Amino acid sequence: MIAKTSPEIGGLGHSVKRKEDLRLIQGKGNFVDDVRLAGMVYGQAVRSPFAHARIRSVNVENALALPGVLAVITGKDLEKAGLAWMPTLFHDRQMVLAVDKVLFQSQEVAFVVAEDRYTAADAAELVEVEYEELPVLVDPHRALDPDSPILREDREEKTNHIFHWEVGDREATDRTFQQAEVRAQVNAIFQRCHPAPLETCGCVADYNTGTGRLTLWLTSQAPHAHRTLFAIVGGIPENNIRVISPDIGGGFGNKVPIYPGYVCAVVASLKLGRPVKWIETRSENLQSTGFARDYHMTAEIAAGRDGRVKALRVKTLADHGAFNAAAQPSKFPAGLFSVCTGSYDFQKAFCEVDGVYTNKAPGGIAYRCSFRVTEAAYLIERAMDVLAQELKADPAELRLKNFIPPDRFPYQSPLGWSYDSGNYAAAMNRALEMAGYQELRKEQAAKRAKGELMGIGISSFTEIVGAGPAHTFDIAGIKMFDSCEIRVHPTGKAIARFGTKSQGQGHETAFGQIVAQELGIPVADITVEEGDTDTAPYGLGTYASRSTPTAGAAGAMAARKIRDKAKKIAAFLLEASEEDLEWEPGRFSVKGVPGKSKTIQEIAFAAYTNIPPGLEAGLEAVHYYDPPNLTFPFGTYICVVDIDKGTGETKVRRFIAVDDCGNIINPMIVDGQIHGGLTEGLGIAFMQLISYDESGNVQGGNFMDYLVPTAMETPHWETDKTCTPSPHHPFGAKGVGESPNVGSPAAFVNAVVDALAHLGVKHIDMPLTPWKVWQILKQKGVVD
Amino acid sequence: MIPPSFEYVRPTTISEAIALLEQHGEDAKVLSGGQSLIPMMKLRLARPAWIVDINAIPGLGGIREEGGFLQIGGLVREADIETSELIRTRYPILHDTARVIADPLVRNLATAGGNLAHGDPANDHPATMLALRAEVVAAGPKGERSIAIDDFFVSIFTTALEPAEILTQIRIPIPPTGSGGAYFKLERKVGDFATAGVAAQLTMDANGTCRQVGIGLTNVGPTPIRARKAEEALRGKKLDEAAAGRAAQLAADESQPSSDLRGPEEYKRGLVKELTRRALVRALERARR
Amino acid sequence: MAKTQRVHVKLNGQEREAEIEPRLLLAHFIRDVLGLTGTHLGCDTSNCGACTVILDGRPIKSCTFFAVQADGRELLTIEGMMRDGKLHPLQQGFHEEHGLQCGFCTPGMILSAYALLRGNPSPSEEEIRWGISGNMCRCTGYQNIVKAIQNAAAKMQQEGVAA
Repeated sequence: MIAKTSPEIGGLGHSVKRKEDLRLIQGKGNFVDDVRLAGMVYGQAVRSPFAHARIRSVNVENALALPGVLAVITGKDLEKAGLAWMPTLFHDRQMVLAVDKVLFQSQEVAFVVAEDRYTAADAAELVEVEYEELPVLVDPHRALDPDSPILREDREEKTNHIFHWEVGDREATDRTFQQAEVRAQVNAIFQRCHPAPLETCGCVADYNTGTGRLTLWLTSQAPHAHRTLFAIVGGIPENNIRVISPDIGGGFGNKVPIYPGYVCAVVASLKLGRPVKWIETRSENLQSTGFARDYHMTAEIAAGRDGRVKALRVKTLADHGAFNAAAQPSKFPAGLFSVCTGSYDFQKAFCEVDGVYTNKAPGGIAYRCSFRVTEAAYLIERAMDVLAQELKADPAELRLKNFIPPDRFPYQSPLGWSYDSGNYAAAMNRALEMAGYQELRKEQAAKRAKGELMGIGISSFTEIVGAGPAHTFDIAGIKMFDSCEIRVHPTGKAIARFGTKSQGQGHETAFGQIVAQELGIPVADITVEEGDTDTAPYGLGTYASRSTPTAGAAGAMAARKIRDKAKKIAAFLLEASEEDLEWEPGRFSVKGVPGKSKTIQEIAFAAYTNIPPGLEAGLEAVHYYDPPNLTFPFGTYICVVDIDKGTGETKVRRFIAVDDCGNIINPMIVDGQIHGGLTEGLGIAFMQLISYDESGNVQGGNFMDYLVPTAMETPHWETDKTCTPSPHHPFGAKGVGESPNVGSPAAFVNAVVDALAHLGVKHIDMPLTPWKVWQILKQKGVVD
Repeated sequence: MIPPSFEYVRPTTISEAIALLEQHGEDAKVLSGGQSLIPMMKLRLARPAWIVDINAIPGLGGIREEGGFLQIGGLVREADIETSELIRTRYPILHDTARVIADPLVRNLATAGGNLAHGDPANDHPATMLALRAEVVAAGPKGERSIAIDDFFVSIFTTALEPAEILTQIRIPIPPTGSGGAYFKLERKVGDFATAGVAAQLTMDANGTCRQVGIGLTNVGPTPIRARKAEEALRGKKLDEAAAGRAAQLAADESQPSSDLRGPEEYKRGLVKELTRRALVRALERARR
Repeated sequence: MAKTQRVHVKLNGQEREAEIEPRLLLAHFIRDVLGLTGTHLGCDTSNCGACTVILDGRPIKSCTFFAVQADGRELLTIEGMMRDGKLHPLQQGFHEEHGLQCGFCTPGMILSAYALLRGNPSPSEEEIRWGISGNMCRCTGYQNIVKAIQNAAAKMQQEGVAA
């Protein structure tokens, strides 16, 4: 049980209003494009209009001749410095600037630098590139055909096949299928989409010829990792690089990779000795930076006639675009996709994934999904509904029947995960109650009789976050611990720095609450900092819902170290032995002697003015936390839709979200994360799509056609919580930022399919656009 | 993101503006609301060397009924049409239309005149103006003239306006009593262009016969389309469910949609049919009030 | 390069002027020339609304307007929202109701809300969502933004304050 602190202290469970708001509501945030340095110049990329082409020539004469243009960097220029290619975050390399050929539309071919943005834009137009088009490959299913073009001529093995990965017991699973009474199968595509944070990616690279240091203001979710990679790849001593992630306008995974624009800006700054700002446009962001998903999946469930699931078999084709720039732990080419057994007690399972190259933008990053967990959750929740349809069973009952029961935790999944804790039925039952499920089913039956289309979709997801334990998890070799350093000042205030980097998740407030909880220092007295690699302890950054499970834990552990020292100081001040002291948030007291106590503020003051002999002065600690396991938040979402038969439009009438993320630091912040993630899920389910025509022209490459919900499309979200703490986390928290994006797409799709199930519809791929639904209605004779 | 360079002038009279347009010919574009032109310039799809900003010219505003017409000045902002009490009560079809153009921010600058003059088949007012049998008043070197809306949309991004002409006013014949209209637009999300849109304007007899019918279609062809056959099928007939259905089918047949990211051709035709039906039903309701 | 032009604007109550290219977008004028970076840019196709400013009382997308067009006119940006060193009720409302997360859409969102409340001091939820439908947010799901605006509207009604 966690002691509840006073509102003034504002520890765990308090909806403390956010400190970061003050500057943001005044427009005084410091985003990368707000950074203005003396002598600063601007860079812009020149990009390929073709998806696959040889570069015959690059002529920069006219661009250089434009007044105000300072430099034009080409692939050949970078090649001389060994920088034309750079390693990706996943065992591959990608071009910084193309030398011999381009592999996707919008790929960077040159980089102009000019005195101002407008001149840079004019100069970019003046760079002349001669291309010779090559045949294009955009269908991942054709990537391994003998007559498909080989895209990566730079690789030793001349194939478009990147990797094959498998996990589980193939033979035992196959045997179970052979003996199965019931089999259900779904082929589900999780379409290519893009996180599209409202602030695009960018940087200011400032190489100071006076100090020999490079300061890099960067839209980075992982500033330390980026610093190390820039040092290794760029050959700049790591102590001479300072990465500053200031205010970041949303990340959602888009700001984890290193982009060519950053590298070019650094090179330009080194060359010119001036700060170089590079801010990409939205079109550049959508067309060239880390996309998400593009998973083509098949799931089969073997079950008994009684509805008990027995085995799961999954096969997936992963389209990674031109380079495997997936931002995920290095041992996991398909991320944590193997959590696809979900909330259900499968005895046997087998999962295989093959990755291929295509002429599309590189990546496969984690878009608010903890490394492919959205794909996994979507797949299993769709498959369970298909099974329910097959069995003519109620989808809620089928799930309840198959949930891993609470007494089986920690639960070993057949695909190798140890789930820390869960109580799936509790979340499901609460959601059913909130929804008024039985009434909804009655309403649906009545509507169906009148030919009206109403659907109810359920998703009972389990996700896996908090990467991760050092024995298994690293990104580009760097283990996925995280850290916190706390220093308490003489007057009892404190500063806490973390290795993570918030892009809106509220760490300045919530992480202060962790320290407040542990030390009893009011949260208002605690300054939280992240993002400056010169001062913050090393961490792997914020994505994949890992911050609270790792850095948050480090914060608690560091605070406990401080408390241990504080106890010694208190014992000295109170002339008692440590065993006679008891702690309540904010003070140590002598047991049984009321009034004989010292506050943490008094102790802090003493740490500098009345130091116990044998102890060092000061009151601070640092902790690098290696999580013993991942954490497994879960929940049940229920979506109610009505479909307009005449137009195919779906209206989300209600959405109930019951989440369980263990102990909660700040309920207000958690609800905000839920609202936001559900809205992204809505967008993904109904409108978000990046597609390519057969010439490799990207569609949905700007906000006119990459559709993101406005306040009008977004329904009211009804939220609630259950609480099943993580047994291994210092304060039982699990992380939650991504749960709503992980669990909701299936809820939306299940609802729409449910609305059409009586017409024989089993599955529809996202996005569920009105025209797609309408075509099905027409096919089924519902539209005349 | 960054437009190419241009010279900028802001005349304060119509004749000055016309003279500038004459002088610079093809190199000049009129800047009205700018909410279509400026995005095109930022994508460098439009590269006028001269921008003639007409926003300082007086006398191009106003929404009033005069001389048997509803007159809307060429510079009237969509937001003002949306909030006009006169339009909301007496011309709800125009209220329907204005409120679904782009989003509230764009509507504060976008003009009704620009919405017609740009010649984009995806714009919303054209279909409504077709249904209302509007006229466009243009001022040019040869003076002022009135262009019937049926003659106004020539081809994609091309209107009947001569190079140095400026659209100064839209005139809509005030419909007689027993009239009502409606505009239905289906968009992928708020702010988008129409996947399809239908405007229907009716004048009904006391005995439920259609005296006058106007049906305009948005974004289902290279220009906005007047669904003449659909109109013909209703004129002089009773408007019941079956008649509305037949007219809706005819409108769908008359549309010329292309398959694109908003949907396949078949879907858009289906939408035209459905939205025509809905627009007729709503127009009838309003005509009966 | 085109002839530069002199532009005079009244920005947040202060007279400002500069010599600029006609093609300079109002958003860049505000940010890069006048140095107020609270107005943000989120897209290049006039869809996102992050760049919203108030021009002569009306919210517009400053990325779809040339600075030269603003000559002689009045502008209000987020930096001008405070009154006598105090947060505007809208700013306060966004803080109280957790109506912001990353903060990038927030200036534009607050200004659109400001314009909405001036025209409609007591809007329904539907009217609020309609009023901000030109402003994209990727973080909040709009739910708390609606509450923030309702909070401000109520407070302003109570205090008899106009927007």
